[in-house]
Amino acid sequence: MSMCCVRQARCLRFPIVGLRSQAILASVLGVFLGGCGESIDPNEPQGFIQAKGSDTMVNAVQMVAEVFMKDYPHVFVAVTGGGSGVGIASLINKTCDVATASREMKAKEIEIANQHGVYPREFTVAYDGVAVIVNKNNPVNRLTIDDLHKIFTGEATNWKQFGGKDLHIVTLSREVSSGTHMYFKEEVIHLGKKDNKDEFSKETLLLTSSQAIVEEAAGNEEAIGYLGMGYLSDRTKALQIARDKEFYPPTVENVLKKTYPLSRGLYAYTDGEPEGIVKTFIDFTLSPAGQKQFTDAGFVPVQTSPPEVTPQSSPGGTVAR
Amino acid sequence: MPAETNESTVRAYVKPQALELGFYASMKRLWRRISEPIIELCIRLSGLVVVIFVFLIFLFLLRDSLSLFRHYPLGQFLFGRKWLPISEPPQFGVIPLLLGSVLVTFWALVICVPLGVGSAMFIAEVAPKALKNVLKSFIEILAAIPSVVLGFLGIIWLGPVLRDTFHLSTGMCGLTGSLLLAFMALPTIISISEDALTGVPRSYREAAFGLGATQWQTLWRVILPSASSGIVAAVMLGIGRVVGETMVVLMVTGNAPVIPTSILQPVRTLTATIAGEMGETVGGSEHYYALFAVGLVLFAITFTVNFIADLFLRRARR
Repeated sequence: MSMCCVRQARCLRFPIVGLRSQAILASVLGVFLGGCGESIDPNEPQGFIQAKGSDTMVNAVQMVAEVFMKDYPHVFVAVTGGGSGVGIASLINKTCDVATASREMKAKEIEIANQHGVYPREFTVAYDGVAVIVNKNNPVNRLTIDDLHKIFTGEATNWKQFGGKDLHIVTLSREVSSGTHMYFKEEVIHLGKKDNKDEFSKETLLLTSSQAIVEEAAGNEEAIGYLGMGYLSDRTKALQIARDKEFYPPTVENVLKKTYPLSRGLYAYTDGEPEGIVKTFIDFTLSPAGQKQFTDAGFVPVQTSPPEVTPQSSPGGTVAR
Repeated sequence: MPAETNESTVRAYVKPQALELGFYASMKRLWRRISEPIIELCIRLSGLVVVIFVFLIFLFLLRDSLSLFRHYPLGQFLFGRKWLPISEPPQFGVIPLLLGSVLVTFWALVICVPLGVGSAMFIAEVAPKALKNVLKSFIEILAAIPSVVLGFLGIIWLGPVLRDTFHLSTGMCGLTGSLLLAFMALPTIISISEDALTGVPRSYREAAFGLGATQWQTLWRVILPSASSGIVAAVMLGIGRVVGETMVVLMVTGNAPVIPTSILQPVRTLTATIAGEMGETVGGSEHYYALFAVGLVLFAITFTVNFIADLFLRRARR
């Protein structure tokens, strides 16, 4: 899972370098770590926070963490992706302090958590639209939820049926650990009905990261995939989606107004009411400075004050007309 | 300084005295008598520890995978045709994963065995010494390429190339994985086969040449058959490497849990399933145990393959 997020891809450098440069690296690290021995004001917050989970949110949370660490230089925040399921599992297994999730915790998960002595506290940190992307050469611009249902369950297999070229449809999905996968499954595959037993088409490719979906959709004319709005770029084309008749592109505005049908919350979970540095971090995330990072990453901030009327379009998010 | 010289001569004189020498020697002998069993014990212990670890790992795998079968029938796991771990109710059919692994491994072998044995034959018998050394060091470098790097190449370059060549709907398919895995297994196969070929006694070669055989006839009919057990062992170890490889297949094969009918289809392997899903399971859940059961299946495969390889290696040594 190490390529789950862009940030983590940095570690890929290490195995490539030769033995000698590794030794140099180790000594440099040693000096760096040794340099931290200066005395710290005991009243100043210090420590280590592990935030783990949603791949959709990993870039935004990383940005929040970087700004946070500038304000609180003695707190180190480690942000890892892997999927909302990974974050929630780590919270239950007590291997992280903050679980980020692009879906709500399921009742069953909360029950399991309680059995493990973990009592999750939920914070809504931002809103997001799940964008459906296709290749830029694909003439299809808009689909309804029913169309998506047919495509992703394997009922419809040719783009011709939706006004596209005579090409096979390749469906891309995230791995089952992804919160976006769960959300999409509930909203599109199950059409929001609890008793629906439909499954993703068996042909669906399960990719390990949102970035992998971008890569495949950017290079494959037959592909269709879904991901959080933060991953939209001009390399792929986001479709307009309609629940009934009116089509909406995934923009900040439409998510705010909830007119975009695939809108959802992004959450952070802590074990019980957060204390100490974890509380400081959560408070910071919900503060204007923290929320700005979510806006910059292409998500929709949580409106604590009366909603602003100047919603910006997501940076780099091209939307089909 | 005569006095000092005197002293040192005196000391030098005294040192080789029988009494003192005897003391040192006996101490040495005593030390040897104590240390040798200690060293022997240490070596024996480290050998035992390895065996114990393997055994404990096996027990651990067995315990956690057997926990699955308390909730989920064994037959449905072994013969189930659907892998839907997060559905309600979940289905843990290992067949699509097993076939995915088998298919990818099979094609990787089809690609790398002829190539690997061929290059081993070239390196061992044909290449001049200078070229041989260069080739051998390059093969060692090949073995040092991390699998994630190959996975990256697969996503960015090999996948799209294959998609365009075979007019596939996606480059994330079994063949991409097979090619990269073949590449990864090559160093193992080449170096072990090369050892086996070099190990064929000189007299065989001389006898063949003496009978008027050409170099090719000698290589193909005499040396290759006599090194065959070693080569089979090399192939078996290659299989072990390919079956167990995780990162590359997770990144490039598309991971769709279908029952594969062609290598040009996306497949999901045993290893990719464990790596892709382990992070999200909660310790003690059904899904968690199911992944351990998948691990047990994988363990059984690699154990069998390595066991066979060991048998052949032993025969090769005789």
